[in-house]
Amino acid sequence: VPTELLIGAIKAIVILVLVLMLTGSLLWFERKGAALIQDRIGANRAAVFGLGRRLGLPNLGLVNTLLADPLKLFTKEDFVPDGADHFVHGLAPFLALFPVLIAFAVVPIGDVLRIGSHLVDLQAAPLNLGGLYVLAVLGLGVYGIALGGWASNNRWALLGGIRASAQMVSYEIAMSLAFLSVVVTYGTLDLQSICRMQGGVWFGWLPRWGILVQPIGFLLLLISGMAESKRVPFDLPESESELVAGYFTEYSGGKQAVFMMTDFAEVVLVAVLVTLFFFGGWQIPWLYRDGFHFPGPHGAFLRLPALLVSIIQIIAFWIKVVFFCCFQILVRWTLPRLRYDQLMRFGWKGLVPIGIANLIGTALVVAATGAKP
Amino acid sequence: MMPLWLFAFLAALAVFSALGVVLQQNPVHCLLSLALTLVDMGVLFIGLRAETVGFLQTIIYVGAIMVLFLFVIWLLNLQADAPSTGRLAFKFLCMIGAAAIAAELFLFFFGVGVTAPRIATPVEYGSIESLAHLLFTDYLIAFEVTSLLLLAAIAGAIGLARRTILSPSQAVQNSRLEQ
Repeated sequence: VPTELLIGAIKAIVILVLVLMLTGSLLWFERKGAALIQDRIGANRAAVFGLGRRLGLPNLGLVNTLLADPLKLFTKEDFVPDGADHFVHGLAPFLALFPVLIAFAVVPIGDVLRIGSHLVDLQAAPLNLGGLYVLAVLGLGVYGIALGGWASNNRWALLGGIRASAQMVSYEIAMSLAFLSVVVTYGTLDLQSICRMQGGVWFGWLPRWGILVQPIGFLLLLISGMAESKRVPFDLPESESELVAGYFTEYSGGKQAVFMMTDFAEVVLVAVLVTLFFFGGWQIPWLYRDGFHFPGPHGAFLRLPALLVSIIQIIAFWIKVVFFCCFQILVRWTLPRLRYDQLMRFGWKGLVPIGIANLIGTALVVAATGAKP
Repeated sequence: MMPLWLFAFLAALAVFSALGVVLQQNPVHCLLSLALTLVDMGVLFIGLRAETVGFLQTIIYVGAIMVLFLFVIWLLNLQADAPSTGRLAFKFLCMIGAAAIAAELFLFFFGVGVTAPRIATPVEYGSIESLAHLLFTDYLIAFEVTSLLLLAAIAGAIGLARRTILSPSQAVQNSRLEQ
């Protein structure tokens, strides 16, 4: 049992560290990407003893965004406004970040890894009801945002908090409907099994990825996921032109950084969910446990050692995740913000009916054919 | 199954946070305590192998209903309670009533002795498959009737909340009438 415990702890730490690293690098990507899209230079000042310039390298702002700014944020004065609820004000950022981070516990980042005689399932918590778990912890994320706005004793912040909670509760419904369609399609709530079922091919060459079975579910999950992470075009809770900064107006320093991290962690989570449900998770087309089986009349076969296959799969998973993170950042700097009534109408009159129709359609097809893809 | 110490800890936490709901003054703090209680109950359910119920409890009660409570607190602008100004005699009667109920429970549990029979739970107990199987066979009618009832409640709520939207000319007429 102690070995099992140790393996579990290592898996949990590795996944958490990977997610936090990705979250950090997204910060850099967002700032430099925004500069690129808006034809600006972006962060390029800070450097460590001018090392990069001496070596003749361009300053990509890595020191700025990954070192200088976090350092600045965490050493700044932690300001709590007069009349604020100190306890809730301090609790809120962590109440927002914590659920997003623990959601990654059920995410499978690879197939079974064989180390010596040990078979390690590359999933921190192999849970039968992993899907329900993700929905449950996502539902808890509302509190941090809403209470952060409330505890600040500031009307802009309160308005931001109210907007955030209404928005998140509304889009959770569309998200759950997309989720349920996937669950009905695969007949399981276990994320690892959903991934495994996306292995193999149709017609000898087409990978069995979820996007081909659930294209509408994919769009629903991506859009409602982006709305859940409260970023442009859905960033009404913090819309800086009306509400100063919305729910985190009265936050400074480290606590504000935690709110910012929550945003990016949510972006990663949405990318992870989309990858798992619709793009095969860690699956690579034509790669099986013994190596590549290329399609074609002669069917070339490339044998690979099991360990290498596992590593390739883990890397493939993260490449897909990074792709969808970048996609979300691209969307952020491309689309204008919705108006609040447009946001609500889009959610309740657009996504929810489509989600229900998709779910009923999926259920009918599954019931009629009894088929699992 | 979870170990006894974990159960004891979670149960104590549930009692503690439930007390927080009653004893705290600020309604938002009460709500936080209630949310904590419900999450804790969810974890207890999961630890007792009723995983589906545990997760559903968290999704529905903590993720949705408690948020609605928060909205109600905000919309009604509930402030921290001033110490209640009830009559002393009334308080006294309430205390006697509460003490009586506590004594009755105490007598019941310790007098009769709770010897719950150990039931060997089947392997699939609490799984979503067994739950779904029961819902769609033995309890199908109750399940469907409940969903109809909820649907009727939603329709009724919308009917009550809906305001008649006036056309611009009607609105002008109304304002003239009021003048």
